Amino acid sequence: MSMKYFKLGLPIFILLLPAYLHAQDMDELLEEATGNTTEYTYATFKSTRIVSGHSIERMQEGQLDFRISHRFGEINSGAYEFWGLDQANIHLSLEYGITDWLMVGVGRGTYEKTFDGSLKFSVLRQSKGERNMPVSLSYLSTMALNTLRWENPGELPFWDRASYVHQLLIARKFNERLSLELNPTFVHRNLVSTELDPNDLWAIGAGGRFKLTKRISVNVEYYYVVPPIHDYRSNKTFNPLSIGFDLETGGHVFQLHVTNSLAMIEKGFIGETTGNWLNGGIHIGFNISRVFTLK
Amino acid sequence: MKNKIIFISILLGLTQLITAQNLISKNGHIWFYSYTPVEDIEAHNRQAVSILDPKAGTLQFTMLIKSFEFQKKLMQEHFNENYMESDTYPKASFNGNIENISGINFANDGDYPAQVSGDLTIHGVTRKVNTAGTLSVTSGVVTAQAKFIILPEDYNIVIPDLVKDRIAKEIEVNVDVTYNAN
Repeated sequence: MSMKYFKLGLPIFILLLPAYLHAQDMDELLEEATGNTTEYTYATFKSTRIVSGHSIERMQEGQLDFRISHRFGEINSGAYEFWGLDQANIHLSLEYGITDWLMVGVGRGTYEKTFDGSLKFSVLRQSKGERNMPVSLSYLSTMALNTLRWENPGELPFWDRASYVHQLLIARKFNERLSLELNPTFVHRNLVSTELDPNDLWAIGAGGRFKLTKRISVNVEYYYVVPPIHDYRSNKTFNPLSIGFDLETGGHVFQLHVTNSLAMIEKGFIGETTGNWLNGGIHIGFNISRVFTLK
Repeated sequence: MKNKIIFISILLGLTQLITAQNLISKNGHIWFYSYTPVEDIEAHNRQAVSILDPKAGTLQFTMLIKSFEFQKKLMQEHFNENYMESDTYPKASFNGNIENISGINFANDGDYPAQVSGDLTIHGVTRKVNTAGTLSVTSGVVTAQAKFIILPEDYNIVIPDLVKDRIAKEIEVNVDVTYNAN
């Protein structure tokens, strides 16, 4: 390149500089207007349940979730039971967001005619921007009351029918499609079948969802129950494994799944799952969630 | 000779900078309505950015889709996740001109009708749009208002059959911006 062109280059550059500055402006301005904010991850899961167990999601402030959940009988029960469809097990619940970080719920299930209550609050939220947080963390506490008639002789103190579950929910939305969750869990049952059955159980749950389309995702959930050191459990139980689909239609979420657990409360499906996937001890089930905005 | 050329060009460049007294807003208010017999929906974005060049008449807007706020938070979530896909298409923008800029006297207070045309980009789709707005000058402060209709299907925003009667075919978009001189 000759010197002459170079000499002309600088003046031309200076002349064009203002125009260049203009072009930069819009993105910089937008950054200035919105840059100092923290962007929180939303919709890690479509619903407050992955299948039977809780996901990281809560109801936001003023939103009420009415849930109808259903598990049919075991598929291997044969033609006489219409492969389980003759049996109906339901769980109804109402869950409400008191604030954006605190949700409370009440429910009633067929399984052991249980009344249950729950408290779920958010400790950390996955975010980027001003505040960077790789995972969301919530704490869930549930209580369940078995209200089956006491058929044995003698009086049973009321609180003996209660059981408690404490759970940490740790979740990360890796991208638009994939979210994973880990749930360290502690279950305490005030009353168990025999003296040798453990009152306390430890478990770790793992779950995830993968979005197939914008509105359909496939969900998987598994809980590993840590065997007690001296394992004298009187009932043969299995670790719960559930696979299903979420269909979201705006306001409604339909969850259709197969699972080896009958109960839809933590105490039941973590500690008392008796179905065995390997011999067809699985249940077809669904959850329907309808969200109402109350304020 | 060489120094002279550089000096003159710096001078010219500076004048260009100074005379380019752009009007800027960082808190433009853009909101939209969807009216149906079943449900009325509205959402507001108060962080839209706009630059208006009062000489040339060029007009630009840009905003983050995630800055739109709905009363129902679940709706806001669905808006971002299912309809606008704001992770993939984070911004909406407008690049255009005020056709009748020469008829607007920014030194005189008053309301001036403005004929605006340009490219509107939403959900990754760019379309030519025309609309009429108003530019108001009140003791030196310039504000702009406009209202226009957009069709979600024009911007490849798919509305499933199940919610078709809840989301209007025509979305009314409103603009209200107060500019600062810069």
